[in-house]
Amino acid sequence: MSNTLNISPSPHIHEKETTDKIMFGVVMALLPALLASVYFFGTGAIIVTATSVISCITFEYLIQRFIFKKPVSINDGSALVTGLLLALNLPSNIPVLMVIIGSLVAIGVAKMTFGGLGNNPFNPALVGRVFMLISFPVQMTSWPLPAGFKTGYIDASTGATPLAIIKEGLKNGESLSQLMEKIPSTLNMILGKMGGSLGEVSALALLIGMAYLLYKKIITWHIPVSVLGSIAVFTSVLWLINPESYVNPLFHLLTGGVLLGAIFMATDYVTSPMNHKAMIIFGCGIGILTVIIRIWGAYPEGVSFAILIMNAFVPLMNKYIKPKMFGEEVKNG
Amino acid sequence: MLKTFKIGGIHPPEFKLTSHSPIRQLSASQNVTIPISQHIGAPATILVNKGDYLRTGQLIASINGYVSSNIHSSVSGNVNKIDTIIDTTGYKQTAIVIDVAGDEWMETIDRSPVLEREIKATAEEIVEKCREAGIVGLGGASFPSHVKLSVPKGKKCDILLINGVECEPYLTSDHRLMLERGNEILVGVSIIMKALSVDRAIIGIENNKPDAIENLTNLAKEFNGITVQALKVKYPQGGEKQLIKALINREVPPGHLPIDVGAVVHNVGTAYAVYEALQKNKPLFERVVTITGKSLSNPGNYIVRIGTPVRHLIEAAGGIPEDTGKIINGGPMMGKALNNIDVPIVKGTSGIVLFPAKESKRDEVKPCIRCAKCIAACGFTLEPNLLATLSEKGLFERAEEEMITSCMECGSCSYICPANRPLLDYIRLGKSTVIKMAKQRNIK
Amino acid sequence: MSPTVIITITSLSGLALISAVILYFVAQKFKVFEDPRIDDVQAILPAANCGGCGFAGCRNFAEALVAAETFEGLNCPVGGKAVMETAAGILGKAAIEVDPTVAVLLCNGTPEFRPHTSLYDGASDCRIENNLYIGETDCSYGCLGNGDCVRVCQFDAIYMDPVKGLPVITDDKCVACGACVKACPRNLIELRKKAKKDRKIYVACSNCDKGGPAIRACKVACIACSKCVKVCEFGAITIENNLAYIDARKCTFCRKCASECPTNSIIEFNFSPKKSKIEPMAEVLNS
Repeated sequence: MSNTLNISPSPHIHEKETTDKIMFGVVMALLPALLASVYFFGTGAIIVTATSVISCITFEYLIQRFIFKKPVSINDGSALVTGLLLALNLPSNIPVLMVIIGSLVAIGVAKMTFGGLGNNPFNPALVGRVFMLISFPVQMTSWPLPAGFKTGYIDASTGATPLAIIKEGLKNGESLSQLMEKIPSTLNMILGKMGGSLGEVSALALLIGMAYLLYKKIITWHIPVSVLGSIAVFTSVLWLINPESYVNPLFHLLTGGVLLGAIFMATDYVTSPMNHKAMIIFGCGIGILTVIIRIWGAYPEGVSFAILIMNAFVPLMNKYIKPKMFGEEVKNG
Repeated sequence: MLKTFKIGGIHPPEFKLTSHSPIRQLSASQNVTIPISQHIGAPATILVNKGDYLRTGQLIASINGYVSSNIHSSVSGNVNKIDTIIDTTGYKQTAIVIDVAGDEWMETIDRSPVLEREIKATAEEIVEKCREAGIVGLGGASFPSHVKLSVPKGKKCDILLINGVECEPYLTSDHRLMLERGNEILVGVSIIMKALSVDRAIIGIENNKPDAIENLTNLAKEFNGITVQALKVKYPQGGEKQLIKALINREVPPGHLPIDVGAVVHNVGTAYAVYEALQKNKPLFERVVTITGKSLSNPGNYIVRIGTPVRHLIEAAGGIPEDTGKIINGGPMMGKALNNIDVPIVKGTSGIVLFPAKESKRDEVKPCIRCAKCIAACGFTLEPNLLATLSEKGLFERAEEEMITSCMECGSCSYICPANRPLLDYIRLGKSTVIKMAKQRNIK
Repeated sequence: MSPTVIITITSLSGLALISAVILYFVAQKFKVFEDPRIDDVQAILPAANCGGCGFAGCRNFAEALVAAETFEGLNCPVGGKAVMETAAGILGKAAIEVDPTVAVLLCNGTPEFRPHTSLYDGASDCRIENNLYIGETDCSYGCLGNGDCVRVCQFDAIYMDPVKGLPVITDDKCVACGACVKACPRNLIELRKKAKKDRKIYVACSNCDKGGPAIRACKVACIACSKCVKVCEFGAITIENNLAYIDARKCTFCRKCASECPTNSIIEFNFSPKKSKIEPMAEVLNS
């Protein structure tokens, strides 16, 4: 035999799935939401998305090549996914420079300072988004109204999101029934014809993405179901107690970044817990915090903060919330 | 109805290329090399000298202590030398090299193929006979079987479980044995039941062997207390703790043995060897080995005499293909890669698998993305990524707290990791270090 | 100043004062008495916490020095003579002369001399490869080249030569802490007594097989032919388990053994150039 033999410890076969394929799967799951964003918000969506993706990849390349001086790994697709997720959290009329700054924070601060892929405790896209919200509050809270390609970019005509309408309205003393007439119909909320960030408007597109992720076994049902379930339960309880002050649960599920957060942001591998029991507790925590911030907090939307707060608890959850070990009951019993 | 174990598991492709190849006897090689340690426990003590003439089945090395095994000559001929040879790891081991001359068997062995159903021996005689015959676990673990044929004081056994699962891809020796020697296996199972004083036995077979399930289910009707249970195809169903969970829904706690939940597990091949030892007075000196691989011209299942060089078996299968990159002793999930093919087939060798070069190299290692697929795949609810990192960084005390010694080294975690991290490599290192540390603590 | 400011300043200062008092009393109550000389000795130690002294960090070594009767068996290889003498001065004890040592690799099996007979692509860790099989060559004693020694060095004194596949030790950075010695699963690294001008001469082989298998596995293996033993006038060379070993304390660096060795297993460092059959590793790297 001419060739030398390969030797390695067992196992000698390997599953075909790799990190790149998983990232690619996530990109595919985001496609419906991306297409919906272009359909509703036109040019602005394309500009913001392209800028975010290109900046994230470029910053990762520059930092790895010139600051870390280690091999560049932009082809693993994680910077691409961060870029897309950051874009989907932004309004379509945000200036390019702010998007670039947000990408720098998302990749440079939230991901690279902790050691790159796999080491960050906080979701990079959300860190970027929250940084932009705090630094550029005006531009980050002016939401273009959907009008397809007629929406324009910087000059888009803006209005409040349904959540903002309700929150501001209740503060001003208007009655809930009056306010409910101002918000879009349920059908429009499902399809996406309402004000909001690029990715959060179309519930239908996001749900198609979730179906794809579940089918490809990229995520399990535990986090999305526990986030959405806890929000539904909490808001139902409030609504049943006082339907005049609290909006119905379906509204809460379809508006704001809940679906985007539950399906794509909370399920990020690196920043979510690693066993199913902890995942459900994580999801419930996000749901409860979101509703608290929405109803009693200063901001109309609370998903980003809720996810970041729960991200901070993940190492603790991984350490202390573990499933019952094989054979444990016999040992203790 | 299919049963399975609940936690963990993976589904590697099966590639049972030789499941329809009937068992054939492998032709004799020029010489055999019989190592004196083919089992867990102390190496056997050599009884023969250079130049001695031996007959097939003659005792050549005797059991050394309780957990040890007798070794018998698998051929007739003269002892060429007693020397250190390179074994499957490349490190050295003592072995007896015999030049093959004819095939003269010991007269005490009954060579007729007639099925002997009546079990004349008592329980103690069964254990003694298996000890004499040098029977070890033929599923791959090579644990001396006579130790597992009697119930230790203070423990109770209420059921015997027979492992006909063969969950490793490529391997089919147990499958063919169940198809072609079903009655002998069932008599062997009955003998083991008598030795353990149990009246119930379940044979677990994975659902990818429907013909074996059907055959044994039909034959078992003639035997008391033996049932056959089909199991869902999932790796590592053949692990004894997973088998116990699937068949009788009992979980063996970490650090304990199956006897602690009242069960004893034996492989079907071992049951067949027990039949031959008790009913035909034949010690263990040959076994069924699968020789397989995608590029081999003539893969198949052969009865191979212990000590035959792997090279001889590969020649019978058509010779080494040009594109061979890896040769594995055992199955692809838990087997060892061979460095040279002149090593001998030993009692624990269930198969030899040849991989083409393009399937022989590992892919590039990437950072861990905490996807938790390894945690989902582990049948013992361990956290392979944590254990591997702790072992790599040398944090062995913490690894011990995280139950690294519960790991059965099945390889599911390394198999499923999307970042190609060598999880099992580091876990093995951590496990051996922790076991050494624990031993030193106990000595103090 | 508005009432709010006054109340804030007063309440916060009050809190700070109360906390300080509590902390002071607690610190006094739970204070552990320690010999103040331990702090003094620790202050003059190099603070590398490398474990080279055999203790768990510099503080632990300082405690040992204070508690010991004499300095027998106690040495800080990083700080060396200077630090030990200063410590001796502080504690009023006598410093003991210890020979400085340096790490050397007892293997010269480059791919040129020791051909690869298999390819290893498991985890890049010497302990793992060693536990798995004899390695990519036919020598079951030689260096595996995965760099466990490189990873463990805290003084940047050892690096892996990519061409030779062997670790190279930088003598002036090596403080002989012994971490690489412990890390090597095949015990190939030895701490040898330093000579003047940093000269070294040693048998760069650890193969204990008989001559035939040894030389078949590696061209520069020691075959235990004993020629070096016969030619050494100082009795510095012994052969045990088919392997020759030069005792650095008896060696006078006359280099006769290196000339005699038929397989060029003995290598020399930092001598003036002499006609030798193969170039030792360090000189090739310096050129």
